[in-house]
Amino acid sequence: MYNSRNIIIGLIIFAAFVTFPFYNNFGKAVTKPDPKLDTPEIQKFPENERRCVEPKEFMKAGHMQLLNGWRDSVVRYGNRIYVNDAGKEFEISLQNTCMKCHSNKKKFCDECHNYAAVKPYCWKCHIEPKEKET
Amino acid sequence: MGTLFSFFVVIILVLIAWVGVKAANLHFLFGIIIPYIAILTFIVGIIYRVVRWSRSPVPFRIPTTCGQQKSLPWIKDSKLDNPSTTLGVIGRMALEVLLFRSLFRNAKFELREGAKLVYGSAKWLWLAGLALHWSFFVIILRHFRLFTEPVLFFVPLLESIDGFLQIGVPLLFVSGIVLLLAVTYLFLRRIFIPEVRYISLASDYFPLFLIFGIASSGILMRYFFKVPVVDVKVLTMGLISFNPDPKVLEGIGILFYIHLFLICTLFAYFPFSKLVHMAGVFLSPTRNLANNNRMKRHINPWNYPVKVHTYEAYEDEFRKFMKDAGIPVEKE
Repeated sequence: MYNSRNIIIGLIIFAAFVTFPFYNNFGKAVTKPDPKLDTPEIQKFPENERRCVEPKEFMKAGHMQLLNGWRDSVVRYGNRIYVNDAGKEFEISLQNTCMKCHSNKKKFCDECHNYAAVKPYCWKCHIEPKEKET
Repeated sequence: MGTLFSFFVVIILVLIAWVGVKAANLHFLFGIIIPYIAILTFIVGIIYRVVRWSRSPVPFRIPTTCGQQKSLPWIKDSKLDNPSTTLGVIGRMALEVLLFRSLFRNAKFELREGAKLVYGSAKWLWLAGLALHWSFFVIILRHFRLFTEPVLFFVPLLESIDGFLQIGVPLLFVSGIVLLLAVTYLFLRRIFIPEVRYISLASDYFPLFLIFGIASSGILMRYFFKVPVVDVKVLTMGLISFNPDPKVLEGIGILFYIHLFLICTLFAYFPFSKLVHMAGVFLSPTRNLANNNRMKRHINPWNYPVKVHTYEAYEDEFRKFMKDAGIPVEKE
């Protein structure tokens, strides 16, 4: 091997870059996000009627697009009624419909958003719910 | 021919992931085993290639000289284009690696009005190449949100710059669009410029289609056919801590597996293809050597000290035979 000093330095830098996630995370116990659905408002419903405006699987991956559609619907078209796939009507409102049940922003919204490094700009216009520090 | 072949190879790769996950339910294979194999192949392959290159001696300095060589003190030398010092070489390499300086010099020439040869500037290749590499780099850095917890400081910063147009939700990232446009241009260039098309092989088209597939599957997954990103991160964090959680595999959409499989293909293919120029650019003797042939003595490593057989030694060895044959000798 010629120029072995430079070659080895280069390879170490390469390996350090590529394996960065592995050693950066080494020995850290990362807890999975665990969004809480146990607000008093949700508890009031009987077990079999606890459901969101759309199925859970859809909401988990696509809630941001639903909310964006809601925003456009209200702000641009003045339409405050949402009819879900099952034909049930809901009032379009982040604060009065979503947050009525999901009143626990910290344990519901932020839990996953922080984990996935998502910073939604909902609360630049809407008033953030005041929660007691627990 | 090469175009269609590469295109169908990528299509088949997509179908393999599709059938493997949807029909054969091989979530564990595609979500956990193949990514490990791919990253291992990538690391070992690159190291193997670099070590193999390093076994070739570089006996003489062969930098391409693009400017005035350093000579007499009153002649101004070109420190970056014909570097005579290590610092100059570092500057030259940095410009090459970060800004593709040599590609910037790309020129086109053609015959006009019969026998008149004209030269012109040709910057599109440089621009598209730069756009491709930098947007790809930004995209890789952005993906660190799936590989670090807490997420590293530069990720939100990068995302806010990348998504500053605030189009749609999730915010449209400019880098994804730039990558797609650049790779499309680089492909069309190979199709529409006859000279370039003539020298293009399947191994030129394949990475382009593969990158196109990766970028478009990523964009589709982010904006159109959503996958639960939290489950994805649980999977990636599990992978990097060597403790993957197979429970989340089933809940992630097929598009994620296609995206992942194409990336694994890219990583595994990397060391054995033209893509290894990522490492090779640093080992280009025409770039990484200082032009100091006349200032320092460079000794050829494979034959120094030169083994010589002097006439005296020759005569000592064969004197008896020479005398027997009647050949005159200098020493009796």
